[in-house]
Amino acid sequence: MRGQRRLFGDLNFRVPPGEALWVSGPNGSGKTSLLRMLCTLLAPEAGEVRWRGRPVRSLGEAYRAELVYLGHAPAVKDDLSGLENLRFALAQEGRRVSEAALVDALRSFGLAGREDLPARVLSQGQRRRVSLARLLFCGDRPLWILDEPLTALDAQAVELVRALISGHLGRDGLVVLTSHQEVDLSGVKVQQLRMVG
Amino acid sequence: MNPAHEGRAGLAAVFVSVVQRDLLLAVRRRADVLTSFFFFIIVVSLFPLGVGPEPNTLREIAPGVVWVAALLASMLALQRLLASDYADGTLEQLALSAQPLTLLVLAKILAHWLVTGIPLVLIAPLLGLQFDLPVEGLVAMTAGLLLGTPVLSLVGAIGAALTLGVRGAGGLVALLVLPLYIPVLIFGAGAVSAAVSGQSVEGHMSLLAAFLLFSLAAAPWASAAAIRIAVE
Repeated sequence: MRGQRRLFGDLNFRVPPGEALWVSGPNGSGKTSLLRMLCTLLAPEAGEVRWRGRPVRSLGEAYRAELVYLGHAPAVKDDLSGLENLRFALAQEGRRVSEAALVDALRSFGLAGREDLPARVLSQGQRRRVSLARLLFCGDRPLWILDEPLTALDAQAVELVRALISGHLGRDGLVVLTSHQEVDLSGVKVQQLRMVG
Repeated sequence: MNPAHEGRAGLAAVFVSVVQRDLLLAVRRRADVLTSFFFFIIVVSLFPLGVGPEPNTLREIAPGVVWVAALLASMLALQRLLASDYADGTLEQLALSAQPLTLLVLAKILAHWLVTGIPLVLIAPLLGLQFDLPVEGLVAMTAGLLLGTPVLSLVGAIGAALTLGVRGAGGLVALLVLPLYIPVLIFGAGAVSAAVSGQSVEGHMSLLAAFLLFSLAAAPWASAAAIRIAVE
């Protein structure tokens, strides 16, 4: 429910370890709302979300410690550099990562030489890369919820994200993502959930 | 490794990182911080110019003027506390943290007080000289501000959280928050008046300390609840 409007109902799915769920559908069909429900930002009007068989509402912080959510807003601060943004994003998960590892992560996302520029001067796609670089360190969190991770990315970065996702699934992780683009996740198990407007 | 266990051990580190990030952002956006600081100085300095150089009148109005200016300056700074974090998705990430949101909000409030409250406390004695306040008055004013400005930040955070995503939030914050500042104003200014007239300020200070403890317990919790509603 968003306001008075019923976005979707009668929805039932299960994502086993090592599988991805690709949520697709037209704008306004409720993809983002569904993802926000999965990560407890939004409470469903009816029904519930379960993690390892237990309702996520009652798990609370224990559940949030197992998931990574990258939303529409990249949570990248204009006044901080890419490096600082990444460092603080990871520190807020209680991770202490060496400076060299952070630089490596940004380099592998094609931001070599731009680590110290304030995010204000980065392009949309580069900001998205800064926020995605966080995933390189989040392998120990089994559930990845990615809202439109491929928006504004070029072919090379899309390939990187694809590799990250398959790597995570290979570790028996779970990935739930939305995307308008056709995602080529060949070689991994993907369920597709098509939402209608 | 058990993630829940790791999470608990990391609370202090996460708290510190939130404070550090907000302080670094304040350094990068010095102009914002300086605006409310100079606002305080200018408002307080206008009164001696407007009212005239009569020392007795000045001494009498000093406590009220300084405290009202402090209230307004701290309110002016509130918009920065949560609004930009809300706009760029940082607040969402904090709400999804494995750490209690209440404590992360407290970290943000602490950083906010360090950059907006502490400067007021430090400059206030100097401004008090313009009003010919005696030393006892200056001491009481500084001590009162030291206890009172954190209350302003804490209570203000509730207003800032409640108005997230609302159009014209600035004006609404003033309407919500200023009435709640009244007790701090009364006892803060009262302490200075009492000190100037040679009475004990213990009662005033105890009450300010009580306000501080109460808002320390209630405000982060209330703000966190309001943030959860805002990020829905």
